[in-house]
Amino acid sequence: MAVMTYIEGISAGLREEMRRDPRVYIMGEDVGIYGGAFKVTKGFLDEFGPDRVYDTPLAESAIMGVGIGCALTGLRPVIEFQFADFITSAFNQVVNNLGTMYYRSNMPCPVTIRCPSGANVHGGPFHSQNPETWFVHTPGLKVVAPSTPYDAKGLIVAAIQDDDPVLYFEHKFLYRRIKEDVPEESFIVPIGKADLKREGSDLSVVCYGAAVHLALEAADKLQQEGISVEVLDMRSLYPYDKEAIARTVKKTGRVLIAHEDFLTAGCGAEFAAFIGQECFEMLDAPVIRAASMDVPFPFSSVLEEHMVLTTAKVESALRKLAQF
Amino acid sequence: MATATKTKPAPAAASRIKPESNGGTDWRAEVLEQEKKRVPSLVLQQQHLEKMDSLLPELDIPVREYGDLKRDGYVELYRLLFLIREVEARLTRLYRQGKIVGGVYLSKGTEAIAIGSGFSLKRGTDWLFPMHRDLGAHLAFGQRPFKLYAQYMGRAEGPTKGRDGNTHMSDRHLQIIGMISHLGSMIPVAVGAAIGSRLQGKNAVALTYIGDGGASIGDFHEGLNYAAVANAPFVLIVENNQYAYSTPIIAQYGAARIIDRAPGYGIPGEIVDGNNVFAVYETCKAAVDRARNGGGPTLIEAVTMRMRGHSEHDDHFYVPKELLAKWAERDPLPRAQRFLEETGYLKEKARLELEAKTVEYIEAEIALAEQSPVPSTDDLEESAFYSTHKKWRTD
Repeated sequence: MAVMTYIEGISAGLREEMRRDPRVYIMGEDVGIYGGAFKVTKGFLDEFGPDRVYDTPLAESAIMGVGIGCALTGLRPVIEFQFADFITSAFNQVVNNLGTMYYRSNMPCPVTIRCPSGANVHGGPFHSQNPETWFVHTPGLKVVAPSTPYDAKGLIVAAIQDDDPVLYFEHKFLYRRIKEDVPEESFIVPIGKADLKREGSDLSVVCYGAAVHLALEAADKLQQEGISVEVLDMRSLYPYDKEAIARTVKKTGRVLIAHEDFLTAGCGAEFAAFIGQECFEMLDAPVIRAASMDVPFPFSSVLEEHMVLTTAKVESALRKLAQF
Repeated sequence: MATATKTKPAPAAASRIKPESNGGTDWRAEVLEQEKKRVPSLVLQQQHLEKMDSLLPELDIPVREYGDLKRDGYVELYRLLFLIREVEARLTRLYRQGKIVGGVYLSKGTEAIAIGSGFSLKRGTDWLFPMHRDLGAHLAFGQRPFKLYAQYMGRAEGPTKGRDGNTHMSDRHLQIIGMISHLGSMIPVAVGAAIGSRLQGKNAVALTYIGDGGASIGDFHEGLNYAAVANAPFVLIVENNQYAYSTPIIAQYGAARIIDRAPGYGIPGEIVDGNNVFAVYETCKAAVDRARNGGGPTLIEAVTMRMRGHSEHDDHFYVPKELLAKWAERDPLPRAQRFLEETGYLKEKARLELEAKTVEYIEAEIALAEQSPVPSTDDLEESAFYSTHKKWRTD
């Protein structure tokens, strides 16, 4: 075991897969000599050489298209979009070309797309978004969003080993802020399995990514007042763990869904709809959601704190749920 | 600014004016001038004609012998040219009989580009990324007409098994990757296939196409720029068939030629007569060989004319008749035919035999396609992912 940060978990998983499988290579803007804008691939160029750590032109659509082409020839590219926000410039390639490739061609297309996403880094409207839902809504793409260093490593390995395209949403705020013991040997966190982060009996929070930590903090506070909160980290957004959601609903009967993405039609809407349809009889209260406001991410700290999901907002939503 | 009330213009008057009404002067030119003032589309058509006329001298070279083609090669290129013309003629008939699912986009008049380029590749090694008007490239690269017809009919034995339509056909075994409808999207993917092959030590070339319209899309630039930087073994052919649906090249790009962009990427650009199958073959073969030998990508502009509408439901009214007449004289099929006759590679009797055999072959292939079952719906739900979809994995 070694104590790793979230970003070290990503790097460790990537390095491990590149050492294990010569078909794995990394492409993206500034991933080579600079080591990536956030240094996830620091030292990779020297270890693996320029054929496997490839600095691309500034052209997201081409990066994505070239990655698809390489995957068709039998390679397993890991594409880094410097900021998840920039994936919009490759939207057509991801949604139309990559998402349908197996369906229409019978050829597996094992591309992993790393998307550094999320707020609280003073990035403003174009460096703070959580665009996972666009891809959850697209058939043919798998979507994961780790919340811990352990999951960060296990999910990047699972994504690379998966024979289908996987979008890996890594939260920038978590990069160096959380640490935990992570096994140095190889392991995977299976795609499609949620993780019960904290057991509880009164209320459930269904969440993922940075919101998991807000939910855990809020749960700690409510515990002091004798309210027991269960926290379910979804980890995978598509396919997602319906059994795990049903289990927690059955246990507590009261569910809050929390995510940092915008409220309207986010992943939470899907989870809520699933609960409404499949778990209605287990509910003691309406399903409620806590998320970021439906406005572009603000630059000013004051505005961002007002707009984004916070521990206080999760806490207040939980109190409301407890009182219902 | 005062706005005048616009009245609907009267129908074109040219045909109703009698010659004597203008006292022996050149009334036709005068009427045309008047019409152009009233109907802006005529101005556009005139400008288009001028732009094409400026390109033609560069292209008007007689059909002759080229490079490494032997007699069999010339005959095979002719057979393929005849095959695609007939395959498409039957496709039109099947379409009118209501046997085709979806639209039909034909290459009549432009077939030589798909045939010449598809034939310049190495089967089993290279990667082909055809566009919607490149049915001939599938055939020249080894695909059977039966597969194409099954695809157009949405049958189980079509390459996409009814999941995608028309010319969006991939074939894993032949290394053909089908396009998506978003034109230009396959350019970076083809560049990726070229780079991916090289990274694995395979000496493969990837070739793809775009039209004069698709050349305006961002992926054209991103893909070519990427290919140039990576020195990718990649060939991009612009099939300049003069119209993107109804939009003429005069409204599509400002440069004289599309290959004028090539120096901007630091790569070679070649222009070729797209109605001369042997010239297309030679130009493509040279580019493919250069790519295979580490010489990097080439941009080829093959100039031609789409002799039918964008698709079979488009009546093509926007193309000046004189332009169509001019390009009908350049029809690639009789041009190749005359050449084979003159060289003695394929005399009339042998040619007629070859053509009859080809027609017979097509009929048999259509019959096979019609016998192909409709796709099963059993596995549709899991078919978006390789990891959950077991059926195709054993194909």
